[in-house]
Amino acid sequence: MEKCPKHVVHYIHLYLDGEISNEEEIIMNEHLNTCEECQTVLEELEETISLFKNVDVIEAPVGFATGVAARLPQSTIRRGPKKWLRQHPIMAAAALFLILMSASLFSSFENDQQFSFTKQPDVIVEGETVVVPAGKIIKGDLVVKNGDLRIEGEVDGNVTVIRGSKYMASTAVITGSSEEINEVFDWLWYKIKSVAKDIIPSSKEQKPETE
Amino acid sequence: MDELITKRVKEVLNGNQEAFEEIVIHFQHRLYQVCYRMLNNTAEAEDIAQEAFVRAYVNLETYDQKRKFSTWLYRIATNLCIDRIRKKKPDYYLDATVPGTDGLNMYSQLSTDQQLPEEEVEKMEMKDRVQYEVNRLPDKYRTIIILRYMEDLQLQEIADILEMPLGTVKTRVHRGREALRQQMGSM
Repeated sequence: MEKCPKHVVHYIHLYLDGEISNEEEIIMNEHLNTCEECQTVLEELEETISLFKNVDVIEAPVGFATGVAARLPQSTIRRGPKKWLRQHPIMAAAALFLILMSASLFSSFENDQQFSFTKQPDVIVEGETVVVPAGKIIKGDLVVKNGDLRIEGEVDGNVTVIRGSKYMASTAVITGSSEEINEVFDWLWYKIKSVAKDIIPSSKEQKPETE
Repeated sequence: MDELITKRVKEVLNGNQEAFEEIVIHFQHRLYQVCYRMLNNTAEAEDIAQEAFVRAYVNLETYDQKRKFSTWLYRIATNLCIDRIRKKKPDYYLDATVPGTDGLNMYSQLSTDQQLPEEEVEKMEMKDRVQYEVNRLPDKYRTIIILRYMEDLQLQEIADILEMPLGTVKTRVHRGREALRQQMGSM
């Protein structure tokens, strides 16, 4: 074999795979004509390959498919909401966020029953009513939760009453906006607005100019 | 045919388990045959081929519908067969002498279906002989020779099934063919 160049052996295999080029085939044939050993190798290889033609075709035993069906796990294929969630991960995340957010907002509305108000130096508290006395000017916003508000003087800012009523005397002046919140949705809206105000400070500053 | 299979795959993905049965019926003989060629044992071939279908069903979502389904299925089956063969492999060397015996080596301990005496081999029918010789090939050549010559697959398809570069497949076909020639010639 030492006289046989390596590339000829390679060409023989290319020839068997049907991937030999014309030039390569010419070189191979030239060599085969002079080398009996390589001729034998090629013949033996072709013979070996031809043996596979005698190999029987084998069929799966009877009941094979039933056997597969019996081994299939039940309902492994994900369907319905689960599949939808997998295909829309961002929507799923947004939905989950909304559910959790609204749950916390609703629960804080339901549970927050305590009377409270923004501490300002001049206001007077009578029972569960916050009074802004006549002639006094409150600088800043005023928020009253679960109680009433009676304004006789002036409030230089926004007024918010949550779950309560607001009474205005004829002398009352509110320079900012004023609102009363009694329903869940109002509450929600108020929360969203206050979050937005925290995030975007400019919206807070623009308010006094527009009103 | 491929279109029909693609359609069935979509049906299974939409939750129709019965459509999978049609896929099984369509591929069962081919898949069983390749497992039998690799494992040379009917019971194991049935077990592994069925397992391959189960895996295909469970992992159907990961199948890339732009590719040939049969390639994907063959890949699952050949991987399972290779794993099974590896597990069966004893972790001792055949040429090592058995302790406590007088020069007896591991070849003498093998069961008959692994290595037969020459007279037995010569009496074999040719088709059995081919199967026997293919099973004696080193692992890396055996799978490729089975896919190439027993399943009659194209080199590119074999490369896709085994996730190997085409060049590697070609080299292994060459070497496997040469090894097989020498095995047949030596008898």
